[in-house]
Amino acid sequence: METRNLICIGCPMGCPLTVRLKDGEVLAVEGNTCKRGAEYGKKEVTNPTRIVTTTVRVNGGTENMVSVKTREDIPKDKIFDCIRALRNITIPAPVHIGDVILHDVAHTGVDIVATKNIER
Amino acid sequence: MKYYDIVIIGGGPAGLAAAVAARKNGAESILILERDKELGGILNQCIHNGFGLHTFQEELTGPEYAARFITQVKELQIEYRLHTMVMDISSDKIVTAMNREEGMFQIQAKAVILAMGCRERSRGALNIPGYRPAGIFSAGTAQRLVNIEGYLPGRKVVILGSGDIGLIMARRMTLEGAEVQVVAELMPYSGGLKRNIVQCLDDFGIPLKLSHTVVDIKGKERVEGITLAEVDEKGKPIPGTEEEYECDTLLLSVGLIPENELSRGMGVDLNPITSGPKVNESLETSLEGVFACGNVLHVHDLVDFVSEEAAAAGRNAADYICHHKTSDEIQDRCLQQNTIQLSTENGIRYTVPSEIRMEYMPEELTVRFRVGGVYKNCYISCYFDGERILHRRRPVVAPGEMEQIKLTREQLAKYPLLEKITLKIEEA
Repeated sequence: METRNLICIGCPMGCPLTVRLKDGEVLAVEGNTCKRGAEYGKKEVTNPTRIVTTTVRVNGGTENMVSVKTREDIPKDKIFDCIRALRNITIPAPVHIGDVILHDVAHTGVDIVATKNIER
Repeated sequence: MKYYDIVIIGGGPAGLAAAVAARKNGAESILILERDKELGGILNQCIHNGFGLHTFQEELTGPEYAARFITQVKELQIEYRLHTMVMDISSDKIVTAMNREEGMFQIQAKAVILAMGCRERSRGALNIPGYRPAGIFSAGTAQRLVNIEGYLPGRKVVILGSGDIGLIMARRMTLEGAEVQVVAELMPYSGGLKRNIVQCLDDFGIPLKLSHTVVDIKGKERVEGITLAEVDEKGKPIPGTEEEYECDTLLLSVGLIPENELSRGMGVDLNPITSGPKVNESLETSLEGVFACGNVLHVHDLVDFVSEEAAAAGRNAADYICHHKTSDEIQDRCLQQNTIQLSTENGIRYTVPSEIRMEYMPEELTVRFRVGGVYKNCYISCYFDGERILHRRRPVVAPGEMEQIKLTREQLAKYPLLEKITLKIEEA
């Protein structure tokens, strides 16, 4: 049996987790103080994922940049592919929170959405 | 002269939450004064996620979190002025402000809520030797350049200080293509949240060197490199431990200082430990009808708790103007008032609030505090005079993470002669 010690990133409490594994199967997650912690512990040792946040350029808006995020978490090893896919995108103002900036980023099936309102 | 019941200084997370709560508690005439071009304060440049789990039960980015409150402010038709700098507040609550449209103007307020936030400690406060080349930024300045302006301030980066903004910027600069070589921290523990060490440093293989500091900055026009050295328990560099790093940029994330020039000018008593106003259970400062909340009061780690604290200040300010007592009544009240002092011992640096007036004690009061060092397997204890009424076991407490306990009115009512509440850390 294998044990992994993690810090939960589900919320700022940062609970110390112990995940017990056998043959790649998660047997137990301990140390979490909520449901999210158990999910994070399981995921982190099998398929670690992250929400990615960055910015893209805006044309003709009150600001040069609009902040964006992946609508859901994506596999950790796709973070840089996601950033690269957004590097040369410029979108016209206005942009509103929740507007889709890019569909299916880096073949993750997850959309990139705006997180700020930028008016013209 | 203009007249408002409540004037809120600052339209960041604290000012917004205070305004919303004040309106919902019956205050009709409210004005928010904001010096930037938009509401939301520092949240606008905090594009990362992790905000709002406590307040909205979902994980939001900074701008999304701000937008939730800005929407409420607009729906509740709360007045605000942007691009407006407050120059002075007098002890009788005359606010002097200026902006381009109106020039200099004055507002007589019945209540003032201080919500000016904090600013970053700068290089000048650190005494690092070397020239003053370009390429040295506070982490927050770099954050603004990258996230708002759209510029990358450097390509090869060293970060001094492991505050949350520094950690967040280590990841942000990495994503934008810069090479972040190391984060150095003077103290033997990180000043930031554990989750940020995991997701901002560990995820990208960026080393965190505890008990290390910058002892030299090279370069005259632009930073060319820095020298790190290990420090002893007293924070003094240990000769022979120096390491050279070639870099064009040094980011500083070495602490935040509440911005209290206006508070000081109006004669509010400040707490030398928090650098923020001393407040009572109502988050009211030493000046009656002047309230404080958010990072101007004490530096927080989580905006959710700023919002919670600011909402309390907003409610209390609304109560204050709605039940404005005559000075005779206030005098009477002062005479019969039972005031309990909150004090700290052994490892706890401060509490907010620092006193409780029993007459105004809410049903439940959150007492927030920070510890002075890392303690493992300890107890946080609360004493009512000599009697221990709370003894909470904690696997670990650290200065980077604010703590809180709740006191109830019912609990305090059982101790009518109570004079002092003491918080301390006790070893297991």
